[in-house]
Amino acid sequence: MISEWIVSAFLLFGGLFIFIGSLGLIKLPDFYMRLHGPTKATTLGMASILIAAMVFFANSEHGLSVKEILITVFLLITAPISGYMLIKSALHHKLNATEETKGLDKIEKD
Amino acid sequence: MRLQGQFKWLPTPIFSLFLFVVWLLLNNSASIGHILLGTILALSIPLITFSFRDRQPTIIKPSLALKQLFIVLYDIVVANIEVALLILGANKKLRPAFIKVPIDLTHDLPITILASCVSLTPGTVSADVYPIKENLLEGEQIGQRYLLIHVLDLDDEEALITLIKQRYEMPLKEIFQC
Amino acid sequence: MLDTVLLIVFSLIGLSIMLNFWRLMKGPSVPDRILALDTMYINVIALIILYSISMGTGLYFEAALLIAMLGFISTVAVCKYLLRGDIIE
Repeated sequence: MISEWIVSAFLLFGGLFIFIGSLGLIKLPDFYMRLHGPTKATTLGMASILIAAMVFFANSEHGLSVKEILITVFLLITAPISGYMLIKSALHHKLNATEETKGLDKIEKD
Repeated sequence: MRLQGQFKWLPTPIFSLFLFVVWLLLNNSASIGHILLGTILALSIPLITFSFRDRQPTIIKPSLALKQLFIVLYDIVVANIEVALLILGANKKLRPAFIKVPIDLTHDLPITILASCVSLTPGTVSADVYPIKENLLEGEQIGQRYLLIHVLDLDDEEALITLIKQRYEMPLKEIFQC
Repeated sequence: MLDTVLLIVFSLIGLSIMLNFWRLMKGPSVPDRILALDTMYINVIALIILYSISMGTGLYFEAALLIAMLGFISTVAVCKYLLRGDIIE
Protein backbone atom coordinates (compact mmCIF):
# COMPACT_ATOMS: atom_id res chain seq x y z
CA MET A 1 0.00 0.00 0.00
CA ILE A 2 2.75 2.42 0.98
CA SER A 3 4.61 1.56 -2.22
CA GLU A 4 1.57 2.57 -4.26
CA TRP A 5 1.73 6.00 -2.64
CA ILE A 6 5.45 6.31 -3.44
CA VAL A 7 4.89 5.25 -7.06
CA SER A 8 2.02 7.71 -7.45
CA ALA A 9 4.01 10.59 -5.95
CA PHE A 10 7.02 9.97 -8.20
CA LEU A 11 4.81 9.58 -11.27
CA LEU A 12 2.98 12.83 -10.63
CA PHE A 13 6.23 14.68 -9.93
CA GLY A 14 7.81 13.32 -13.11
CA GLY A 15 4.78 14.02 -15.29
CA LEU A 16 4.59 17.57 -13.98
CA PHE A 17 8.26 18.20 -14.72
CA ILE A 18 8.05 16.77 -18.23
CA PHE A 19 5.03 18.98 -18.85
CA ILE A 20 6.85 22.08 -17.52
CA GLY A 21 9.83 21.30 -19.77
CA SER A 22 7.58 21.11 -22.83
CA LEU A 23 5.77 24.26 -21.73
CA GLY A 24 9.12 26.04 -21.67
CA LEU A 25 9.69 24.87 -25.23
CA ILE A 26 6.55 26.75 -26.29
CA LYS A 27 6.58 29.75 -23.99
CA LEU A 28 10.14 31.12 -23.93
CA PRO A 29 11.02 33.78 -26.52
CA ASP A 30 14.24 32.63 -28.20
CA PHE A 31 16.08 29.41 -29.03
CA TYR A 32 18.83 29.76 -26.44
CA MET A 33 16.30 30.12 -23.65
CA ARG A 34 14.08 27.35 -25.01
CA LEU A 35 17.03 24.97 -24.75
CA HIS A 36 16.92 25.21 -20.93
CA GLY A 37 13.53 23.52 -20.61
CA PRO A 38 14.22 20.20 -22.33
CA THR A 39 17.83 19.78 -21.12
CA LYS A 40 16.91 20.18 -17.47
CA ALA A 41 13.29 19.76 -16.50
CA THR A 42 12.76 16.78 -18.76
CA THR A 43 15.83 14.96 -17.41
CA LEU A 44 14.58 15.13 -13.83
CA GLY A 45 11.06 14.20 -14.94
CA MET A 46 12.34 11.09 -16.73
CA ALA A 47 14.48 10.12 -13.74
CA SER A 48 11.56 10.25 -11.35
CA ILE A 49 9.25 8.32 -13.70
CA LEU A 50 11.94 5.64 -14.01
CA ILE A 51 12.33 5.52 -10.21
CA ALA A 52 8.56 5.08 -9.97
CA ALA A 53 8.75 2.19 -12.46
CA MET A 54 11.55 0.59 -10.44
CA VAL A 55 9.60 0.78 -7.17
CA PHE A 56 6.48 -0.54 -8.91
CA PHE A 57 8.21 -3.57 -10.44
CA ALA A 58 10.15 -4.32 -7.24
CA ASN A 59 6.81 -4.79 -5.50
CA SER A 60 5.08 -6.76 -8.25
CA GLU A 61 5.59 -10.46 -9.02
CA HIS A 62 8.35 -9.63 -11.54
CA GLY A 63 10.85 -8.82 -8.83
CA LEU A 64 13.45 -6.07 -8.88
CA SER A 65 14.41 -4.87 -12.33
CA VAL A 66 17.46 -2.64 -12.70
CA LYS A 67 17.30 -1.74 -16.40
CA GLU A 68 15.64 1.54 -15.44
CA ILE A 69 18.93 2.67 -13.89
CA LEU A 70 20.59 2.07 -17.25
CA ILE A 71 18.06 4.29 -19.07
CA THR A 72 18.40 7.00 -16.40
CA VAL A 73 22.20 7.00 -16.59
CA PHE A 74 22.07 7.02 -20.39
CA LEU A 75 19.71 10.02 -20.45
CA LEU A 76 21.80 11.87 -17.87
CA ILE A 77 24.96 11.37 -19.94
CA THR A 78 23.41 12.22 -23.32
CA ALA A 79 21.23 15.23 -22.39
CA PRO A 80 24.16 17.70 -22.04
CA ILE A 81 25.85 16.35 -25.18
CA SER A 82 22.80 16.82 -27.40
CA GLY A 83 22.19 20.23 -25.78
CA TYR A 84 25.76 21.21 -26.61
CA MET A 85 25.42 20.05 -30.22
CA LEU A 86 22.15 21.96 -30.59
CA ILE A 87 23.49 25.24 -29.18
CA LYS A 88 26.62 24.92 -31.30
CA SER A 89 24.61 24.52 -34.49
CA ALA A 90 22.40 27.45 -33.40
CA LEU A 91 25.49 29.64 -32.91
CA HIS A 92 26.77 28.49 -36.29
CA HIS A 93 23.52 29.55 -37.94
CA LYS A 94 23.62 32.87 -35.99
CA LEU A 95 20.11 32.56 -34.61
CA ASN A 96 18.80 35.78 -33.11
CA ALA A 97 18.65 36.04 -29.35
CA THR A 98 16.19 38.40 -27.64
CA GLU A 99 17.36 41.99 -27.28
CA GLU A 100 17.65 41.79 -23.51
CA THR A 101 20.38 39.14 -23.74
CA LYS A 102 23.60 40.49 -22.27
CA GLY A 103 27.09 39.64 -23.46
CA LEU A 104 26.23 38.87 -27.09
CA ASP A 105 29.62 40.35 -28.06
CA LYS A 106 31.33 37.45 -26.27
CA ILE A 107 30.39 35.02 -29.06
CA GLU A 108 33.32 34.38 -31.39
CA LYS A 109 33.02 33.44 -35.03
CA ASP A 110 33.71 29.83 -35.95
CA MET B 1 48.02 13.59 -14.12
CA ARG B 2 48.39 10.07 -15.47
CA LEU B 3 47.48 9.10 -19.00
CA GLN B 4 47.53 5.32 -18.55
CA GLY B 5 46.39 2.78 -15.95
CA GLN B 6 48.86 1.09 -13.64
CA PHE B 7 48.81 -2.28 -15.38
CA LYS B 8 49.37 -2.96 -19.03
CA TRP B 9 46.54 -5.51 -19.26
CA LEU B 10 44.10 -3.03 -17.66
CA PRO B 11 44.60 0.29 -19.48
CA THR B 12 41.34 1.94 -18.39
CA PRO B 13 40.14 0.50 -15.03
CA ILE B 14 37.08 2.74 -14.59
CA PHE B 15 35.89 2.04 -18.15
CA SER B 16 36.25 -1.70 -17.52
CA LEU B 17 34.24 -1.48 -14.32
CA PHE B 18 31.58 0.53 -16.17
CA LEU B 19 31.35 -2.07 -18.95
CA PHE B 20 31.04 -4.88 -16.38
CA VAL B 21 28.23 -3.13 -14.48
CA VAL B 22 26.38 -2.24 -17.70
CA TRP B 23 26.55 -5.89 -18.84
CA LEU B 24 25.03 -7.10 -15.56
CA LEU B 25 22.35 -4.39 -15.66
CA LEU B 26 21.44 -5.20 -19.27
CA ASN B 27 20.96 -8.86 -18.43
CA ASN B 28 19.29 -8.03 -15.11
CA SER B 29 21.03 -10.92 -13.34
CA ALA B 30 24.13 -11.67 -11.27
CA SER B 31 24.56 -15.37 -12.04
CA ILE B 32 28.02 -16.98 -12.36
CA GLY B 33 27.76 -17.22 -16.14
CA HIS B 34 26.98 -13.55 -16.61
CA ILE B 35 29.68 -12.46 -14.16
CA LEU B 36 32.23 -14.57 -16.06
CA LEU B 37 31.13 -13.31 -19.47
CA GLY B 38 30.99 -9.73 -18.18
CA THR B 39 34.54 -10.01 -16.82
CA ILE B 40 35.84 -11.34 -20.13
CA LEU B 41 34.12 -8.54 -22.07
CA ALA B 42 35.23 -5.85 -19.60
CA LEU B 43 38.84 -6.98 -19.89
CA SER B 44 38.98 -7.57 -23.64
CA ILE B 45 37.03 -4.60 -25.06
CA PRO B 46 39.37 -1.92 -23.57
CA LEU B 47 42.42 -3.89 -24.78
CA ILE B 48 41.08 -4.10 -28.34
CA THR B 49 39.89 -0.48 -28.53
CA PHE B 50 42.81 1.04 -26.59
CA SER B 51 45.01 1.62 -29.61
CA PHE B 52 42.50 3.81 -31.45
CA ARG B 53 41.26 5.90 -28.54
CA ASP B 54 42.78 9.25 -27.59
CA ARG B 55 44.74 9.04 -24.36
CA GLN B 56 42.75 10.71 -21.60
CA PRO B 57 43.71 11.38 -17.98
CA THR B 58 42.63 8.61 -15.58
CA ILE B 59 40.82 9.22 -12.31
CA ILE B 60 43.39 9.33 -9.53
CA LYS B 61 41.14 9.97 -6.53
CA PRO B 62 38.06 7.71 -6.86
CA SER B 63 36.67 8.60 -3.40
CA LEU B 64 36.60 12.29 -4.28
CA ALA B 65 35.01 11.46 -7.65
CA LEU B 66 32.21 9.57 -5.86
CA LYS B 67 31.64 12.51 -3.50
CA GLN B 68 31.54 14.93 -6.45
CA LEU B 69 28.99 12.68 -8.20
CA PHE B 70 26.61 13.00 -5.25
CA ILE B 71 27.13 16.78 -5.08
CA VAL B 72 26.26 17.07 -8.78
CA LEU B 73 23.21 14.80 -8.40
CA TYR B 74 21.95 16.97 -5.53
CA ASP B 75 22.56 20.10 -7.61
CA ILE B 76 20.66 18.61 -10.55
CA VAL B 77 17.52 18.17 -8.42
CA VAL B 78 17.75 21.68 -6.93
CA ALA B 79 18.56 23.32 -10.28
CA ASN B 80 15.67 21.55 -12.01
CA ILE B 81 13.17 22.88 -9.50
CA GLU B 82 14.67 26.38 -9.91
CA VAL B 83 14.43 26.23 -13.70
CA ALA B 84 10.86 24.90 -13.52
CA LEU B 85 9.87 27.89 -11.35
CA LEU B 86 11.63 30.27 -13.78
CA ILE B 87 9.76 28.76 -16.73
CA LEU B 88 6.42 29.11 -14.94
CA GLY B 89 7.16 32.76 -14.08
CA ALA B 90 6.76 35.73 -16.40
CA ASN B 91 9.00 35.92 -19.47
CA LYS B 92 9.82 39.58 -18.84
CA LYS B 93 11.43 38.86 -15.48
CA LEU B 94 14.11 36.64 -17.04
CA ARG B 95 17.55 38.15 -17.62
CA PRO B 96 19.26 35.94 -20.21
CA ALA B 97 22.99 36.43 -20.81
CA PHE B 98 26.08 34.90 -22.35
CA ILE B 99 29.08 34.76 -20.03
CA LYS B 100 32.65 33.57 -20.46
CA VAL B 101 34.23 31.51 -17.71
CA PRO B 102 38.03 31.14 -17.76
CA ILE B 103 39.02 27.50 -17.17
CA ASP B 104 42.35 26.01 -16.15
CA LEU B 105 41.69 22.43 -17.27
CA THR B 106 43.72 21.34 -20.28
CA HIS B 107 42.49 17.93 -21.44
CA ASP B 108 39.37 17.02 -23.39
CA LEU B 109 37.84 14.59 -20.89
CA PRO B 110 37.88 16.92 -17.84
CA ILE B 111 36.59 19.81 -19.98
CA THR B 112 33.77 17.61 -21.31
CA ILE B 113 32.80 16.57 -17.77
CA LEU B 114 32.88 20.20 -16.61
CA ALA B 115 30.72 21.33 -19.55
CA SER B 116 28.21 18.52 -18.86
CA CYS B 117 28.03 19.45 -15.16
CA VAL B 118 27.41 23.08 -16.11
CA SER B 119 24.70 22.06 -18.59
CA LEU B 120 22.86 19.96 -16.03
CA THR B 121 22.96 22.46 -13.16
CA PRO B 122 21.73 25.96 -12.18
CA GLY B 123 20.01 27.57 -15.15
CA THR B 124 23.08 27.37 -17.39
CA VAL B 125 23.89 25.63 -20.69
CA SER B 126 27.49 25.43 -21.87
CA ALA B 127 27.73 26.60 -25.47
CA ASP B 128 31.33 26.48 -26.65
CA VAL B 129 34.98 26.20 -25.66
CA TYR B 130 37.25 29.05 -26.78
CA PRO B 131 39.64 29.33 -28.52
CA ILE B 132 38.14 27.18 -31.28
CA LYS B 133 40.76 24.73 -32.52
CA GLU B 134 40.02 25.27 -36.22
CA ASN B 135 40.58 29.03 -35.90
CA LEU B 136 44.13 28.68 -34.53
CA LEU B 137 47.06 29.21 -36.82
CA GLU B 138 49.43 26.33 -37.55
CA GLY B 139 51.54 25.59 -34.48
CA GLU B 140 49.94 28.32 -32.38
CA GLN B 141 49.85 27.55 -28.66
CA ILE B 142 46.49 27.51 -26.87
CA GLY B 143 46.68 30.07 -24.08
CA GLN B 144 43.83 30.67 -21.64
CA ARG B 145 40.71 28.64 -22.40
CA TYR B 146 37.19 29.95 -21.91
CA LEU B 147 33.84 28.24 -21.60
CA LEU B 148 30.95 30.15 -23.18
CA ILE B 149 27.80 29.70 -21.10
CA HIS B 150 24.22 30.77 -21.69
CA VAL B 151 22.42 31.71 -18.48
CA LEU B 152 18.65 31.78 -18.23
CA ASP B 153 18.45 34.28 -15.36
CA LEU B 154 21.70 36.09 -14.57
CA ASP B 155 21.87 37.86 -11.23
CA ASP B 156 25.57 38.41 -10.52
CA GLU B 157 28.14 37.43 -13.15
CA GLU B 158 31.19 37.37 -10.83
CA ALA B 159 29.37 35.25 -8.25
CA LEU B 160 28.30 32.70 -10.88
CA ILE B 161 31.85 32.43 -12.27
CA THR B 162 33.30 31.83 -8.79
CA LEU B 163 30.55 29.31 -8.04
CA ILE B 164 31.32 27.30 -11.19
CA LYS B 165 35.06 27.45 -10.60
CA GLN B 166 34.84 26.46 -6.92
CA ARG B 167 32.05 23.92 -6.99
CA TYR B 168 32.76 22.06 -10.24
CA GLU B 169 36.22 22.89 -11.55
CA MET B 170 38.33 22.61 -8.37
CA PRO B 171 37.21 19.04 -7.52
CA LEU B 172 37.77 17.98 -11.16
CA LYS B 173 41.30 19.35 -11.03
CA GLU B 174 41.97 17.31 -7.91
CA ILE B 175 40.34 14.14 -9.25
CA PHE B 176 42.47 14.17 -12.39
CA GLN B 177 45.49 15.88 -10.77
CA CYS B 178 46.06 18.25 -13.67
CA MET C 1 -5.55 5.17 -6.79
CA LEU C 2 -2.70 4.23 -9.08
CA ASP C 3 -5.11 4.00 -12.01
CA THR C 4 -6.25 7.61 -11.52
CA VAL C 5 -2.65 8.84 -11.21
CA LEU C 6 -1.66 6.91 -14.33
CA LEU C 7 -4.52 8.53 -16.23
CA ILE C 8 -3.44 12.01 -15.09
CA VAL C 9 0.21 11.43 -16.00
CA PHE C 10 -0.75 9.88 -19.35
CA SER C 11 -2.69 13.02 -20.23
CA LEU C 12 0.11 15.32 -18.99
CA ILE C 13 2.64 13.60 -21.22
CA GLY C 14 0.23 13.43 -24.13
CA LEU C 15 -0.26 17.17 -23.79
CA SER C 16 3.52 17.65 -23.68
CA ILE C 17 3.92 15.72 -26.92
CA MET C 18 1.25 17.93 -28.52
CA LEU C 19 3.13 21.04 -27.37
CA ASN C 20 6.35 19.60 -28.83
CA PHE C 21 4.54 18.89 -32.08
CA TRP C 22 3.36 22.49 -32.22
CA ARG C 23 6.94 23.72 -31.86
CA LEU C 24 8.03 21.20 -34.50
CA MET C 25 5.50 22.63 -36.96
CA LYS C 26 6.02 26.27 -36.06
CA GLY C 27 9.83 26.36 -36.11
CA PRO C 28 10.94 29.09 -36.83
CA SER C 29 14.50 27.76 -37.32
CA VAL C 30 15.93 24.31 -38.01
CA PRO C 31 17.63 23.92 -34.57
CA ASP C 32 14.25 24.69 -32.98
CA ARG C 33 12.69 21.80 -34.86
CA ILE C 34 15.51 19.44 -33.88
CA LEU C 35 15.10 20.48 -30.25
CA ALA C 36 11.37 19.77 -30.45
CA LEU C 37 12.07 16.35 -31.99
CA ASP C 38 14.66 15.54 -29.29
CA THR C 39 12.20 16.43 -26.54
CA MET C 40 9.56 14.34 -28.29
CA TYR C 41 11.86 11.28 -28.15
CA ILE C 42 12.28 11.67 -24.39
CA ASN C 43 8.54 12.13 -23.89
CA VAL C 44 7.84 9.00 -25.93
CA ILE C 45 10.21 7.04 -23.66
CA ALA C 46 8.19 8.30 -20.67
CA LEU C 47 4.99 7.23 -22.43
CA ILE C 48 6.33 3.72 -23.08
CA ILE C 49 7.38 3.31 -19.45
CA LEU C 50 3.97 4.49 -18.26
CA TYR C 51 2.36 1.95 -20.61
CA SER C 52 4.52 -0.82 -19.21
CA ILE C 53 3.50 0.14 -15.67
CA SER C 54 -0.18 0.14 -16.57
CA MET C 55 0.16 -3.23 -18.34
CA GLY C 56 2.29 -4.62 -15.51
CA THR C 57 4.96 -6.14 -17.75
CA GLY C 58 8.66 -5.35 -17.95
CA LEU C 59 8.89 -6.21 -21.63
CA TYR C 60 8.88 -2.64 -22.87
CA PHE C 61 12.15 -1.51 -21.30
CA GLU C 62 14.23 -2.75 -24.21
CA ALA C 63 12.10 -0.63 -26.52
CA ALA C 64 12.62 2.40 -24.26
CA LEU C 65 16.38 1.83 -24.20
CA LEU C 66 16.51 1.50 -27.99
CA ILE C 67 14.50 4.71 -28.51
CA ALA C 68 16.80 6.54 -26.07
CA MET C 69 19.87 5.48 -28.04
CA LEU C 70 18.41 6.11 -31.50
CA GLY C 71 17.07 9.51 -30.45
CA PHE C 72 20.42 10.64 -29.13
CA ILE C 73 22.36 9.41 -32.16
CA SER C 74 19.95 10.98 -34.65
CA THR C 75 19.99 14.33 -32.81
CA VAL C 76 23.78 14.39 -32.87
CA ALA C 77 23.88 13.33 -36.54
CA VAL C 78 21.44 16.01 -37.68
CA CYS C 79 23.28 18.69 -35.64
CA LYS C 80 26.57 17.60 -37.15
CA TYR C 81 25.02 17.87 -40.59
CA LEU C 82 23.86 21.43 -39.82
CA LEU C 83 27.31 22.36 -38.53
CA ARG C 84 29.44 20.93 -41.30
CA GLY C 85 27.15 19.97 -44.16
CA ASP C 86 28.42 16.44 -43.70
CA ILE C 87 28.11 13.78 -40.99
CA ILE C 88 31.42 11.96 -41.34
CA GLU C 89 34.17 14.06 -42.88
